[in-house]
Amino acid sequence: MIENRPGLNLLAHLVLMLGVVIVALPVWVAFVASTHTATDFMSGTIPLWPGPYLLENYSRMLDAGVSTSGTPPVGTMMLNSLIMALLIACGKIAISITSAFAIVYFRFPFRNLAFWCIFITLMLPVEVRIVPTFQVVADLGMLNSYAGLSVPLIASATATFLFRQVFLTIPDELTEAARIDGAGPMKFFRDILIPLSRTNIAALFVILFIYGWNQYLWPLLITTSSDYYTIVAGIKRMADAVDGLPQWHLVMATAMLAMIPPVAVVIGMQRLFVKGLVETEK
Amino acid sequence: MASIILDKVGKIYAGGTRAVGDVSIDIADGEFIVLVGPSGCGKSTLLRMVAGLESISEGTVRIGDRVVNEVEPADRDIAMVFQNYALYPHMSVRQNLAYGLKNRGTPRADIDRRVAQAAEILQIGPYLDRKPRALSGGQRQRVAMGRAIVREPAAFLFDEPLSNLDAKLRVTMRLEIKELQRRLRTTSIYVTHDQLEAMTLADRLVVLNGGRIEQIGTPLEVYRKPASVFVAGFIGSPAMNLIPSRAVPHLPGSAHAGIVGIRPEDLSVAPDGPILMQVGAVEELGAQRLVHGHVEGEALTLAMPSDALLSDSLRLTCRPGSLHLFDANSGQRIG
Repeated sequence: MIENRPGLNLLAHLVLMLGVVIVALPVWVAFVASTHTATDFMSGTIPLWPGPYLLENYSRMLDAGVSTSGTPPVGTMMLNSLIMALLIACGKIAISITSAFAIVYFRFPFRNLAFWCIFITLMLPVEVRIVPTFQVVADLGMLNSYAGLSVPLIASATATFLFRQVFLTIPDELTEAARIDGAGPMKFFRDILIPLSRTNIAALFVILFIYGWNQYLWPLLITTSSDYYTIVAGIKRMADAVDGLPQWHLVMATAMLAMIPPVAVVIGMQRLFVKGLVETEK
Repeated sequence: MASIILDKVGKIYAGGTRAVGDVSIDIADGEFIVLVGPSGCGKSTLLRMVAGLESISEGTVRIGDRVVNEVEPADRDIAMVFQNYALYPHMSVRQNLAYGLKNRGTPRADIDRRVAQAAEILQIGPYLDRKPRALSGGQRQRVAMGRAIVREPAAFLFDEPLSNLDAKLRVTMRLEIKELQRRLRTTSIYVTHDQLEAMTLADRLVVLNGGRIEQIGTPLEVYRKPASVFVAGFIGSPAMNLIPSRAVPHLPGSAHAGIVGIRPEDLSVAPDGPILMQVGAVEELGAQRLVHGHVEGEALTLAMPSDALLSDSLRLTCRPGSLHLFDANSGQRIG
């Protein structure tokens, strides 16, 4: 629409603002809750403005955690989540970019079959194959380890498919020029393909980091030692107080802390991320 | 520098389609050869076979004294300039020029010297640290040529390098390529579909049609004595008039030829000329005027000075000795 009518502009802004409010309100309530004491929040009227206990609640979570829920301090869980998310994101990118490279640039028998096999796994998300996957991971002795947390989630059809599409847009002439310039396959991969898909790698990293960070079911299943609890699964454990009321103010403080790394990744890589999603010129 | 010898080269694609057949060309050291033909005539395929980007189905290709059929493109000692420049977008101009040398393990100092030299020749010194996207089309084309020059190869291969440029720039770059080749004396093969480009650049032209050679010769030879109807119609602008001889029975020699070829500039108005032309559309080109019309129902074009008088019908004569006679069935030249 290229109309310029003040009324429409106003309406558009109102709709946008309404959207922002709807999306932001729960976050705001969580933040407010994390700055009050447990009793304030249980009193029946939910406060809408921050209380005075911000520093107290947050420092308590970072130092000690909630002992009654059996979770370690938030710092440990954040570190576990960070390691898991980084392993998943980097592992997925490394594996899928190399497999896409093989599929696009090498003529080998059953190449298309290989691609479609990878593609079909899109239809089998973790939840569907969770029991056999658990069996395999348990048999390999990978329960309660970073490898167990990340390896089963690394194989990725989506990322392979994305890189395949990226590589297909790179003109053949560039490949040929590199061949004449004496770049062998690995050199071509390192010197040309990776720099050219830099923005796509960044975009994918953001998406996959958040995917890894938000993993809930899988870490919940395979971690029994509190040393390997991740933050998302940990929040759930805190909310399940066995005897007594959930310490909502502390749970919310943890939730706010858990939001920081994904937000930081998105903000930090925003420029590359957007470029990676919209850029078409190669 | 080296000679390039193609011996009965052919290309058959996996599906059995023949793209090129029985092509033999001897290219002397330092010669500028232009492969010209309409799109789909196999000229690019032929060039890519010399470059090593397409496998060779039949025959042999020699560069220097070496058969290169099974040699990797990088080891053939050739450099190629592509239609879309094919510059590495993420590298600066300097890195683009140096990349091939770096891959060969050329010493750093040597690379710097050669890059500086190429930059000097092509006048791209000021842009060495820019990325290709910050350059204009002509500058990109120069960088692409620079990438070929720094390699100091035995041969340059050009694959329609000027077709992405605007008309004016094309003419300037054409001249630059010609001068550059004169100066470096590097054997060159140049592919184009533009017959004007072919005429101006070539030491010798190779006219291709349907994957086969129609004629090899210097631009003037090909222009003056086209070997077949195809070459006659393809080389020269405006195109040669090709008329069945029954439409022009009074021209000398037309009795035993099937097709008579007359270049539009060889026709002139004469009150008692043997050809009566019905004038149709007229194109003013400034220096001259193209008159399109019919003789006995066959299309005919005449180039005349733009100040000459026009009427609905013109009597024309042709310059003596300017007739091209072709056999109607084979299309080959008979006189």
